[in-house]
Amino acid sequence: MRKCSLDSLNSVFAKIAEAMALYLPVDGSDGRAVFSKWEDGSVLSNALNTVRSPKDFFFPQSEDLMRFKTEGKNIEIIDIRPESEDFAVFGVRACDVKSFDILDRVFLTEPCDSYYASRREHGVIISLACTRPSETCFCQAFGIDPSTPAGDISCFKTDNEMYWQANTEKGEALLKAIESLTEECTDEAVNEQKEKIRAIMKKLPLASLTTNSFGGGKTTELFDRPEWAELSEACLGCGTCTFVCPTCQCYDIKDFNTGNGVIRYRCWDSCMYSEFTRMAHGNNRISQKERFRQRFMHKLVYYPENNDGLFSCVGCGRCLSRCPISMNIVKVMKKLGGESK
Amino acid sequence: MNNREETLIPKIGVITDVRIDTPDIKTFRVVTPDGKKAFDHRPGQCAMLSVPGVGEAMFSITSSPTNEEYMEFSIKKCGCVTDWLHQAEVGQQITIRGPYGKPFPVDDEFAGKNMLFIAGGVGLAPLRSVINYCRHYRDRYGKIDIVYGSRSKDDLLDYKEIIDEWMTDAGVDVHLTIDREQEGWDGHVGFVPNYVKELGFDTDKTAVLCGPPIMIKFTLDGLVSLGFDKTQIYTTLELRMKCGVGKCGRCNVGAKYVCKDGPVFRCDELDELPDEY
Repeated sequence: MRKCSLDSLNSVFAKIAEAMALYLPVDGSDGRAVFSKWEDGSVLSNALNTVRSPKDFFFPQSEDLMRFKTEGKNIEIIDIRPESEDFAVFGVRACDVKSFDILDRVFLTEPCDSYYASRREHGVIISLACTRPSETCFCQAFGIDPSTPAGDISCFKTDNEMYWQANTEKGEALLKAIESLTEECTDEAVNEQKEKIRAIMKKLPLASLTTNSFGGGKTTELFDRPEWAELSEACLGCGTCTFVCPTCQCYDIKDFNTGNGVIRYRCWDSCMYSEFTRMAHGNNRISQKERFRQRFMHKLVYYPENNDGLFSCVGCGRCLSRCPISMNIVKVMKKLGGESK
Repeated sequence: MNNREETLIPKIGVITDVRIDTPDIKTFRVVTPDGKKAFDHRPGQCAMLSVPGVGEAMFSITSSPTNEEYMEFSIKKCGCVTDWLHQAEVGQQITIRGPYGKPFPVDDEFAGKNMLFIAGGVGLAPLRSVINYCRHYRDRYGKIDIVYGSRSKDDLLDYKEIIDEWMTDAGVDVHLTIDREQEGWDGHVGFVPNYVKELGFDTDKTAVLCGPPIMIKFTLDGLVSLGFDKTQIYTTLELRMKCGVGKCGRCNVGAKYVCKDGPVFRCDELDELPDEY
C-alpha cells in the first residue's frame, strides 16, 4: 500500500492525467457531483456519489455503431469503431465498482460486445472507499462492503491522506507511474477506518434489508403476487430509475439519416417504456404493471437465475433519491418480504 | 480501427428473387454480393435483416439449411421495415446478420419420429425450414403430417410448393384448411385447432406448432385433449428484439431470452415460464 498527502493529491492527478484522460467526481454548478475530466484546478467532490453512474464511461447513453452509404440499390457498411484510448476513472464507489461485474456478464459473454469490451480494456477503475454512507445506501444487502471497494486500484481517504492499493496489473502499472509522488506505508490507518465504516453500516436505516426472498428460481412464487398492482400504480413510466441505475443495460438500436448516409447508433432504452416491447402484432407487457414488474423481477430473480445468484442491483440508492413518485427497489423488496425482523 | 468480431455489424445481402405469395406476404431470396449464402443456419433459427435508415428486424429463415445456394425469408407486410421490403426490387441490397437462436432439435429429439407440423398463416414460414429439412433427410423421420390453415385460399403461403412437392411426397400427408367458405375451394373449411381435433392424430408423433398466439393456445389445448404430452410439442415464439444475442434486454419471458434461449421452446418448458408472451 502507498499513500500521499491530500495536499499533494492534485499533483498526483496531474501525473495520471499526463498518461491518460482522468475523470473524477467534481461538484457541478448545481452542487451535485458529476464525473468530469480532470484539469488543473479540478477539486475532488466530497459528495457521497455522483448523480449519474460511471457506467456512462463504458456504456455511453448514446454511441454510433456503424455507418452506411447507399447508392441506388447498393449499400456500403462502414465500420467506425475506434480503438479506445486509455483512461482512468477516479472515485468510483464500491457499489458502482460492483456494477461492472454485472455489466461484464452481459456485454462480455459470447458474442462479446466489442464496443463495451474495448472501453473496459482501456479503462482503469480507481475506487474510493466510502467514509460517510448515507441513509439511502443499501449496498450491504447485496454483499458489498463500502469500506473495501474493488477496482483496479482501491483508494482510501483519511483526514489528511489518500491511500492507494493496486489490485490488478493495470492498477499496478498506474501506481508505478505515480510512485515518485507516493510513499510506501502500512495499512493500519486504512484498517482502522474500515472498522469505523462497518460500525456505521450496521446502524443505517436500510441495514435490515435482505435478499432472502429473492434470487433465481423464484419466478413462479413472485410473478403473480398481488402486490405488483399496488406497487406499480403510481409509476409514471418516466424511466429515470433505469437511467441513473448503474446496472440497467437495456438498449435500443436506431438509424439516423444524416442526409449524407445513415448512422446506426445504440442508445439506452428502458423497460419502463410502453414502446419497449411493442410489436406489429401487439405488446406482451401491456400496462405499466407488467413493465414495472419486469424491471424488478429482472434485477431480483431473472438476472440472478442466469448469473450464479448475482443480483442486478448494487444498492447505490440513486433510484431512491431520483424517483419522482418515491417508488423504488427498497419498497418493492420490503413489500415482497425482503426485510429481516 | 477495431478488428474484433462484432455481431451487431451486419453483412450485405442482395435480394435475388421476390415471390408474391399472398396479398400481404412476399418471399425474398437473399445471397451475399458474391452469390453465396450469408451464413449457415439450422432449421428454426432467425436472422436480422435491415434496411439502413429504416430499421432492423428479426425474421425466421424459411429456407432449409439443405438449400446450399441461398436463404429465403417469407415476410408479412406489417411495419416500417416490412413495408419497405415489400417495395424492394430484385438487385436491392439489404443487410443481414445471424444466425440467431436455438434451432429445432432435428437431429436429436426429432430423429426417427413421426412428425406433425401445424401452422397458421405466416406461421408456416419458420416451419417450412424444418419441414423441408425433414423431407430432404426423409429416411431419418417417420410419417410426416402437415396441417396448415389460413384466412382464405389466397392467404396460403408457399401454395405452389405445397401442391407440387409436399403433396406428392411419399409418406407426407398435407391437410389444408381455410377459415371461411370460398369459391373455388373444395377443401376443408374451419379453424386450425378444430381441424386438428377432427383429424384426431395418434399420439405417436412429435408436434411442431407455429401461428398466431391464439391459434397456438387452442391447438395446444386440442393436442393435449387428444392425449399428447407437452414434452412432445414444440413451438417457436416471437417477441420484439434489437440485438439478437440476449443483451438489449427486451425479448425475455421470465429468465429466458427468446432470441438466444428460444425461439424454439418445448411446450413443457413454456409452462415453467410466466405467461408474458
